[in-house]
Formats: sequence, C-alpha cells, structure tokens
Amino acid sequence: MSGRLARSHPLWFAHILHRASGLGLALFLPLHFWVLARLLTDTKQVDGFLKLTDIWAFKFAEFGLVFLLAVHLFGGLRLMALELLPWSSPQKTWAAAALVGSGLVAIVFLVRAL
Amino acid sequence: MERQVPGKEFLSVTVQRGQPGEAVRMQTFQVPAQDNQSVLDVVSWIQQNANPSLTYRFACRVGMCGSCAMMVNDVPRWTCRTHVSKVAKAGVIAIAPLRNLPLIKDLVADLDPFFDKWTDAEAHHHPTRDRDQPIAAVDPDSRERRQANAGIECINCAVCYAACDTVAGNPDFLGPAALQRAWTLYNDTKNADKNAVLDAVTGQGGCHTCHSLGSCTNLCPNELDPTAAIAGLKRASARRFFGRD
Amino acid sequence: MSALQLFIVQRLTALIMAPLVLAHLAVMAYAIHGGLSVAEILGRTQGSWLWFGFYGLFVVAASSHAAIGLRAVLTEWVGFRGRLGGRLRDLGCAVFGLALFGLGARAVWAVTLANTATAGVGL
Repeated sequence: MSGRLARSHPLWFAHILHRASGLGLALFLPLHFWVLARLLTDTKQVDGFLKLTDIWAFKFAEFGLVFLLAVHLFGGLRLMALELLPWSSPQKTWAAAALVGSGLVAIVFLVRAL
Repeated sequence: MERQVPGKEFLSVTVQRGQPGEAVRMQTFQVPAQDNQSVLDVVSWIQQNANPSLTYRFACRVGMCGSCAMMVNDVPRWTCRTHVSKVAKAGVIAIAPLRNLPLIKDLVADLDPFFDKWTDAEAHHHPTRDRDQPIAAVDPDSRERRQANAGIECINCAVCYAACDTVAGNPDFLGPAALQRAWTLYNDTKNADKNAVLDAVTGQGGCHTCHSLGSCTNLCPNELDPTAAIAGLKRASARRFFGRD
Repeated sequence: MSALQLFIVQRLTALIMAPLVLAHLAVMAYAIHGGLSVAEILGRTQGSWLWFGFYGLFVVAASSHAAIGLRAVLTEWVGFRGRLGGRLRDLGCAVFGLALFGLGARAVWAVTLANTATAGVGL
C-alpha cells in the first residue's frame, strides 16, 4: 500500500510545501539571474527592461518568485527551529504558523504589486 | 464472497494475498461485525472461519510484543490495539503488510532490514564496567536520563518505519526506530562509547537524511517522538562537528 | 563531502540567507511601494560594494543551498543512489550549483559593479 493516508498531517504538508517551493526556486532562479544580467549588461536594453516590468506576466512571475521565497524562508525557519532547538512537542503549531506567515507575506506583496 | 446471515451486520474486509514470485491480489471477505473487535480479531476470524491459508503474524494481542503491525486502510497500525470502529469507513477495511519492507506472504512483512538497521545504528550496549564492579548509579532526574527515558518504550513494531516517506524514498535511510534507539543509547550514562553511536548515525542514510516529516511521531502507537530523537542526534553531531562536545 | 558536512553547509547557508531574504523582500517591497523605477533602484545599487557584498554572499549561499537540496530530491524522488547513481547525482548537483553560481555572479555584477569603471558612481 502507498501509505497515502499516513501523510495527512500538518508536518507532512509543511515538508512537501518546503520541497516544492525549493524545487521551484531552483528552477526559477537561473531564469531570474539570466534575465537580470542580460537586460542590464546591455545598456540599450535597459529601456526594454523597464517596459518588461510593466508586463503582467513578468509581474506574475516575479510575484511567484517572491511567494516561493517567502514559503521556503518560513518553512526553513520552522525546520531549523524544530531541529536545532530542543522542542518537546507542539510542532504542528509551528507548521501552521509558517503557513500563515508565508501566506500573509505573499498577500501583502500581491496587494502592493497590483 | 462469504455466507450472509440475514439480520446480522457484516464488515467488508479486503486483505492482500500472495508472496514473492506471484502476482499480489486483493481478496474481500464478509466478516461478522461485533460491538467490540480489533482489526486483529477480524484477521483472525478470516483465517479461522473463511480461509485457513491466510498468513499473518501476532503474538501477545495486547500491544506489548510489536509483531502484529499492518497497513490498515493505508495507515500502519498495531492491529491488536486498533478498534475496528476507529478505522472502518462504512464497514470497509483494507489490510496489507507493512510498507517499506519486503513481503514474506499475505499480511506478513519481512522485518530483517528493519532490525539490520537497528544494528547498523550501533544500537547496542557498550559497557562502562564489568560484572565484578558495582552497578553505576544513574540519576533519574538528570537531563540525559530524561532524554533516554523518552524513547525507551519502543517495542520494535516498525509502525514508524512503515510510516516514513523518507525510508520509502531512500532505502538506505536507517529509519526512525533505529535512530531513536541510538539517541537513547547516546544519552545513557552507562554507555561507554558515545562517539561510536554518533559515528554510526552520521554516515550515508544516517540522521541527516531525515527531513522531519513527523509521520513516525504522528503514528507511534506508544506515543514516542522519534522525530525529536533524530533532531537530538542532528544537534549532537553538529556540536561535535564544531568541537563543542 | 560527508552527509554531516552537507547538513552543516545546508544549515549554515540557510542561516546566512534568512536575514538576506528578509532584507531582499523588504527592498523589493520598499521599491514597489515607494514607486521606485528600475533606473532609480539601479542608481542606488550600481557602483556599491555594499550591495555587491550583499548579493554576492546571497548568490554563493543560494547556489550551494540549492545544489544540496537538489541532491536530496534526486536521491529520494528520482532514485539516484548506489555507486553509479550516487556519483552521477553528485556530479550533476555540483554542475548545477556551479552554473547557478555563474549565472548569479553575472547578475550581481550587472546590478552592482558592471558600469563602475565607466560611470564611477559612489556608494
């Protein structure tokens, strides 16, 4: 059997969120770096870069990056608090707090970016 | 599949059948429902009344020996201490051998890899004294003793091992039970070789493989906390790495 | 590197990046909220050794952290284990980490010091 139902608890979801956001960042960062370097080293393209930041898709992509970063940061802080400080129990509270925290940050950014 | 008695409630119980070398199949039995029955009672009823060839393992029936753990509706549990009413969904139960372990036959998983890792984690006693010396006094209130006590009630049922997704993803991982045992020994003041324990659990597949998913702690029938024990080993290994121990 | 060393590097880079990420997010929030144009942002970062150090450290930490994280994913989800699989995985992750570092270094250079020689902008 798959053990599927053995996973339905907050720490498992926190883990999968951390891994998914980490993978997302690992795939997204090269693109982020490449775009920055390409558009900025070529001074003729800086104007193009300025226009690009107004494009909805670009904004959405950058929002995605910020969202992943926030999720991964709070998930990582949760993990290190869990592992490096000798907690005895309510780890679930931390997982929930991490979720709420990253969600809040992401919403704040979405609201400000729009 | 089985005879139906009018007016009597039945459970629909699906069990996994088969052994290595043949196709594993699911077989469903209608088992009379009782007000009080454990999942082990249900399995025993099938073996005694419906299909004598059904292979399963149990010994004490009271949650002390750790031999009857199986996957019950996709979750690893002691079958003897799991009440049917807790797991049956609309009278349906699916039972399979423990996950993450090789199959022997039907509902019996081979626990050898589980116990081999117990040994690999250096989870055996390294004595500080011989038999002619007086027994060492252990302060029951000391920090070490309290940390050792936290994990000492493990009975090797392998529920945590079957629950662990990291074991599922990486068969080299020692797993929650072996690492918790190592942490218990690490904190045992009568254990002479702390470094040997730490060496054994910091290599490939050691404590650093764990991602603190917490399924072990979530499902341990004895309510132990292997996730915290493994975190303890991570801290101890990091302290030693920075020369603080 | 041993499992313990990888664990230590992963945790150290995480600890280094935690404040950097918060600062980066704050800078982005400030820039967006303050309505700064890209030119204005670049005007502040270009020629600044401080920003070069900030984002340089960020890129070093991020590329090693990503490579080690990817290693765990490849081990558990893709099944790169054993002698050959393990070597392929470690080689792949090292290449990925170096590539990410290279791309990141280029971006940091572009954002901070690229035009210093010609423009001579101060902090």
